[in-house]
Amino acid sequence: MSTPYRDFDLAQHSLRELNHYLHHEVKQAAGTPVRVFNPDGAHSIACGVDTAVQIDVMGHAGYYVGGMNQHAQITVHGNASTGAGENMMSGLVRIKGFASTSAGASAHGGCLIIEGDASLRCGISLKGGDIVVGGSVGSFSAFMAQAGRLVICGDAGDALGDSLYEAIIYVRGEVKSLGADARFEPMLPEDHAAVTQLLTVAGFTHPSSEFRKVASARGLYHWNADANQEY
Amino acid sequence: MCGIVGLLMKKPAWDERLGELLVPMLVGMTDRGPDSAGLAVFSTALASGSKISLFYPSGQPDWQGVADSLQQQHQGEHQLIPNGAHAVLITSIDAQVIKNFLLAAHPQLVVLSVGSSIDLYKDIGTPAQIAERYQFGALTGSHAVGHTRMATESAVTPAHAHPFTAGRDFCVVHNGSLSNPHKVRRKLEPLGIHFETDNDTEAACRFLEWRMREGDDINAAIEQGFEELDGFFTFLIGTGDGLALVRDPFACKPAIVAETDDYVAIASEFRSLSHLPGVKHARLFEPQPRTIYSWSRA
Repeated sequence: MSTPYRDFDLAQHSLRELNHYLHHEVKQAAGTPVRVFNPDGAHSIACGVDTAVQIDVMGHAGYYVGGMNQHAQITVHGNASTGAGENMMSGLVRIKGFASTSAGASAHGGCLIIEGDASLRCGISLKGGDIVVGGSVGSFSAFMAQAGRLVICGDAGDALGDSLYEAIIYVRGEVKSLGADARFEPMLPEDHAAVTQLLTVAGFTHPSSEFRKVASARGLYHWNADANQEY
Repeated sequence: MCGIVGLLMKKPAWDERLGELLVPMLVGMTDRGPDSAGLAVFSTALASGSKISLFYPSGQPDWQGVADSLQQQHQGEHQLIPNGAHAVLITSIDAQVIKNFLLAAHPQLVVLSVGSSIDLYKDIGTPAQIAERYQFGALTGSHAVGHTRMATESAVTPAHAHPFTAGRDFCVVHNGSLSNPHKVRRKLEPLGIHFETDNDTEAACRFLEWRMREGDDINAAIEQGFEELDGFFTFLIGTGDGLALVRDPFACKPAIVAETDDYVAIASEFRSLSHLPGVKHARLFEPQPRTIYSWSRA
């Protein structure tokens, strides 16, 4: 009888062995979930996976965990360092603890769930992915975010949504300050539906009525010679 | 890029393990800083007199010559404890007098630190090589500050390695870069403050130590630092009392803290903390930007 998991212990296996398996061999065993033990803050765990496989990281991950992910369902049973799920294309990355700076940076698709807090610059330059943060986010989150949705169940720091393009932010708690060109807008029925759907995926139960919407005022889309660099 | 580490033992019973637990922390930051490394260790303060860390950056160390010249020129008690190119001098004579004498009589010699409780080591090489060279694993004490350097703004020499010191029992390590170190230096030099290198961290170190000599406590000194030091930084500061940690307002450089009933451990990344006893149950957090964290042994 085969084991129900393919296990990698990073105290025994190199990171390269793990990622080589995830890039080349996992397709032949896509039904077999992968567990990674003793991650101990190693960088680039499960980066660039393009197979629908379940991966459980049994501890704290270092930089770029789940980066460039396509199709995989990756859960970090701990905290994640800088750039968790950055440049994700599809699939799901779940961080059970907190995430450091630039979580979900530039993600094109898929869903990043951070059950704890996210640090500064969460969702910076978001390009179509979804991010749900169970706790609070640091300053400059969703900076220059172009498409996608950022749901914040807690508070936001300074300059939320600075220079925002067409990404939408939903925030439940306090916003220390909005960034340039970001503004509160009324929650429409489709916004309530979007928040409810994303919270359901993430496993959070807050009613969508507790969220406010932040979107771009689109004032920066065109050069304004009269603005005198004041926005 | 650079790596910083710090460890403060909350209970004296843990002091003997300081070096043993710190070496893997330092080695864990090798990717962030492979060109040089340094360590400041604080142990029980001398009842009187001073401890001076000395270093021969090149050539054959002549520790006997140093000891002999001290005995001949300065009546007092001197104990010189050599450790390869490094030595700790314990002296009953005024530290500034001894420092001036040593620098004049032995121009090859570098004074790394002065105080009652600090020993300081720094050199070029990988963290593992330097830890082995000076037997960091055997060091004991209440707290320590370490650094692994990947130079970006000034030369790779032992003098440019961190920690930087100023005054007594005071040192700073830095991950990041300052944009106005020369401005800070131009402010301090007319006040009689002497610089030994062109390194940006030395400017921050001397600025903070100057503020504390002017009467600021460490929090007030760092608040002044926020006004005057421009750039990216995570600073870890060691004093005879303990450790202080601060990140710039944009949190450009990383830091993570693990705290248990027995110790506080600080590192640029978790991979330098993963070996610590009980870390799985430690309180783990990332310091907030522009917020001062400090821990003392008391």
